[in-house]
Amino acid sequence: MTALDTPPTLNVGVTRLRKEDAHLVTGRSNWTDNITLTGLLHVALVRSPMAHAKVSNVDVSAALEQPGVVAAFTGADLADNWAGGLPCAWPVTPDMKSPTHLPLATDEVRYVGDAVAVVVARTRPQAVDATEHVVVDYEPLPAVVDMEAALADGSPLADTSLDTNKSFTWQKIDGEIDDAFDGAAHVTTRRFINQRLIPTAIEPRSVVCAPPRETRETTLWSATQVPHILRLMLALTCGVPEHELRVVAPDVGGGFGSKLNVYAEEAICLVLARKLGKPVKWTETRSEGYQATIHGRDQIQDVSLAFNEDNTIRGMRVELHADMGAYLQLVTPGIPILGAFMFNSIYKMDALSFTCHGVFTNKTPTDAYRGAGRPEATYAIERLIDEAANELGVEPFELRERNWIKHEEFPYTTIAGIEYDSGNYEAATAKAREIFGYDDLRAEQAQRRGSGDPVQLGIGISTFTEMCGLAPSRVLGSLSYGAGGWEHASVRMLPSGKVEVITGTSPHGQGHVTSWSQIAADALGVAYEDVEVRHGDTNVAHKGMDTYGSRSLVVGGYAVQVACDKVVAKAKKVAAHLLEAAEDDIEFSGGTFSVSGSPDANTTIQDISLAVFAAHDYPEDMEPSLDSDATVDPENFSYPHGTHLCATEVDTETGRVTIRRYVAVDDVGKVINPQIVDGQVHGGLAQGIAQALYEEAVYDSEGNLTTGSLLDYYVPSAADLPHFETDRTETPATSNPLGVKGVGEAGTIASTPAVINAVVDALRHLGVNDMPMPASPRNVWEALQAANNGGAA
Amino acid sequence: MTSVQMNVDGETHSDEVEPRLLLVHYLREFLGKTGTNVGCDTSNCGACTVHLDGRSVKSCTVLAVQADGGDIDTIEGLAEFSSNGDEEAGWHPLQRAFHTEHGLQCGYCTPGMIMAAKDLLSENPDPTEDEVRHGLEGNLCRCTGYVNIVKAVRTAAAEMRGDKVDTEVGA
Repeated sequence: MTALDTPPTLNVGVTRLRKEDAHLVTGRSNWTDNITLTGLLHVALVRSPMAHAKVSNVDVSAALEQPGVVAAFTGADLADNWAGGLPCAWPVTPDMKSPTHLPLATDEVRYVGDAVAVVVARTRPQAVDATEHVVVDYEPLPAVVDMEAALADGSPLADTSLDTNKSFTWQKIDGEIDDAFDGAAHVTTRRFINQRLIPTAIEPRSVVCAPPRETRETTLWSATQVPHILRLMLALTCGVPEHELRVVAPDVGGGFGSKLNVYAEEAICLVLARKLGKPVKWTETRSEGYQATIHGRDQIQDVSLAFNEDNTIRGMRVELHADMGAYLQLVTPGIPILGAFMFNSIYKMDALSFTCHGVFTNKTPTDAYRGAGRPEATYAIERLIDEAANELGVEPFELRERNWIKHEEFPYTTIAGIEYDSGNYEAATAKAREIFGYDDLRAEQAQRRGSGDPVQLGIGISTFTEMCGLAPSRVLGSLSYGAGGWEHASVRMLPSGKVEVITGTSPHGQGHVTSWSQIAADALGVAYEDVEVRHGDTNVAHKGMDTYGSRSLVVGGYAVQVACDKVVAKAKKVAAHLLEAAEDDIEFSGGTFSVSGSPDANTTIQDISLAVFAAHDYPEDMEPSLDSDATVDPENFSYPHGTHLCATEVDTETGRVTIRRYVAVDDVGKVINPQIVDGQVHGGLAQGIAQALYEEAVYDSEGNLTTGSLLDYYVPSAADLPHFETDRTETPATSNPLGVKGVGEAGTIASTPAVINAVVDALRHLGVNDMPMPASPRNVWEALQAANNGGAA
Repeated sequence: MTSVQMNVDGETHSDEVEPRLLLVHYLREFLGKTGTNVGCDTSNCGACTVHLDGRSVKSCTVLAVQADGGDIDTIEGLAEFSSNGDEEAGWHPLQRAFHTEHGLQCGYCTPGMIMAAKDLLSENPDPTEDEVRHGLEGNLCRCTGYVNIVKAVRTAAAEMRGDKVDTEVGA
């Protein structure tokens, strides 16, 4: 056993180059739109050009005469095929209004892009061409576009089957909120607009569905983050027995929440394939997706902080108007509710009141977009704390430090009632300040203010935390979430000593194959190269809760670890048997089992795997298998945190904002693969900065999406973004044995307020105390003009 | 229908196509060259970038008939076949650098990004960070925040020049 002379290579905590890359850099990728099947037909949808209308007639007869057309259906034609509407799985209140959402509208369209008919043809151009021949009679109805107007008496209705535009009001009050405000020495109050965003995963959504052939199985491929959830929900929506439906997420080109849903086109393709007995494909164009794929954010936030004389926070009031859009998609109403636990952020206070009104409008539905409720909350509190610091005349860091939870106070139960298990805000802040050169930049800022430099320097702070790793099923249940938060993994030891890991998570860029291989390699003491990870096919990974909410590593990685531990425990039993030793005397290290005190008596996990496969000699009281499953359900969320600092140059003559420095110090607990973690932070920062500076989905007064393509919706390029300086502190999570917290959304959550705080800070001395997002040259210039006209110094 | 003939990744193809057919759809649907992706319908995202007669083009802005008689290079023709089974040995330096610098996450923009970067490096073999950022502004990535893409391009540039490069900011 010369291998024993070499210590095992540790994988966890070390950058391993991704196993995922080879096919992606060479163009051998397997996106859903790449799939082709014998006899494949192509689907195109007829979508409403009106935000709100009665549909009095739909006539597909002329479309059926067009070249290549195989079938065409109206909403009425397919109405009997639905066992139910598209699901909303998060009824946040018992009386929440959730109108029936059929995949194809029958009598009323409620947003531009709502589908009314479908054409199936031999080629995609033929299908698209034929949609021009579908005749739809629309009787226009007033469009509801403004949330507050929607709640006023006499407002038109976004959905005429309801008697209100309010879906729900959700409230949570902790502590004596009136006392907190009545006795306050100072109150800071603001209204912030968290604008509507379009997620824009670079791969458009796509669906392929193949009807049963030699078995009863229908297979649906989709560019989805959630193959397991999709399987169950499509079974319910389309009345297909769940065990006869296989869902596959092949290569998926980003999601950011937009592919965490159950979409009309998935249900339509499933029904069409079964109805026609032919495989079908639908792929959205980008402009179509901008109407038909969920949007994110879109909140009006009225927030107040009450302070004591000593600048400690007494309490916080939050009232939200959250735009649901026209329908409740999978978790639409729950997104703003996640913020209920996050507005207090890292700060101690005695009272918190949170009220959220979910409002229907005639717009594309909103749902989870990277961060999902936590970016909105973090933006509000981190902006508000800066405004309060200005009003109180204290340094923004000083006010934060005065109020944040001290590292020695963890675990800490917040006013919102959840327990932050670990954290060290002091350490992350000290590190960020040092890297950033905070004091020097403040000195430069003072000098440039003094000299009246037309380009002013601003410094923005964001000391954020978030809750992620959607896990504790009991807690999710108490919030009326429609599912649990567990995750599943299976580990199979093959006779040759190689390892298959099957995970219930469904990666679409996050590198799970690499990171899960690292975890399994160390847990089993095998080589990184000897592990393969399989996912994303319900026939292979039969059980899972999929990928969203920065949960995959925290819950799915944990499941891999536990399944591996079970394999080792079984192998240890066999090792004891084969080495003729007591099980308690067997030691396991680096893939080798040895007898305590007799290091020459040893065997490897690979040898045991082969021995168990042969099954000639194994303990009486066990099955001849090392394979193990684990389903884990952590008892708490995880709470990444960090301190982000942004320096902006703001041109007071043109309104142009340039980021000069961006320093992100994140505490995501233990790190499995530093390169992947940095990459997740980079991408998150880009999206959070994009909200601050570039992106906004705009509707006109008639409910038309005027930012309906990438020409008008500004997704930043490399030229628009700075280099990011990232570093870490490491306070392990206690809710899982890996000590990991999740990293997918932290950058997005933290960065938006850091940037806007920096822009406002650059202009504060010119009388600017607010900055609408995005801080475009126009918005900045207008804020400066308003400040000038207001006579502020 | 119109006849087109073009050389794609070293192979000559002749087909009858509709005049409205875009080059990207010709590549994907007629030739099965699905390594080249479609990410938008307004020529903003650059996912479909290929080379036409040695220069990068967004293949959604070129009609197949416009490419008639042309030489097309796609991501699928970039690597050299490695006969010893070590696939990575045949990779173009850009493919290798995107891998080692983690310049891709989901990978959907990657073929277009690499083809655009290859054209950039043919014009400027030693670009600064800023030159890479501006040189790739026609290609959108939603995953990486571009930091590692910029690093990858400069790392590949160094390898292609036979130099070492400091890919840190400001270098």
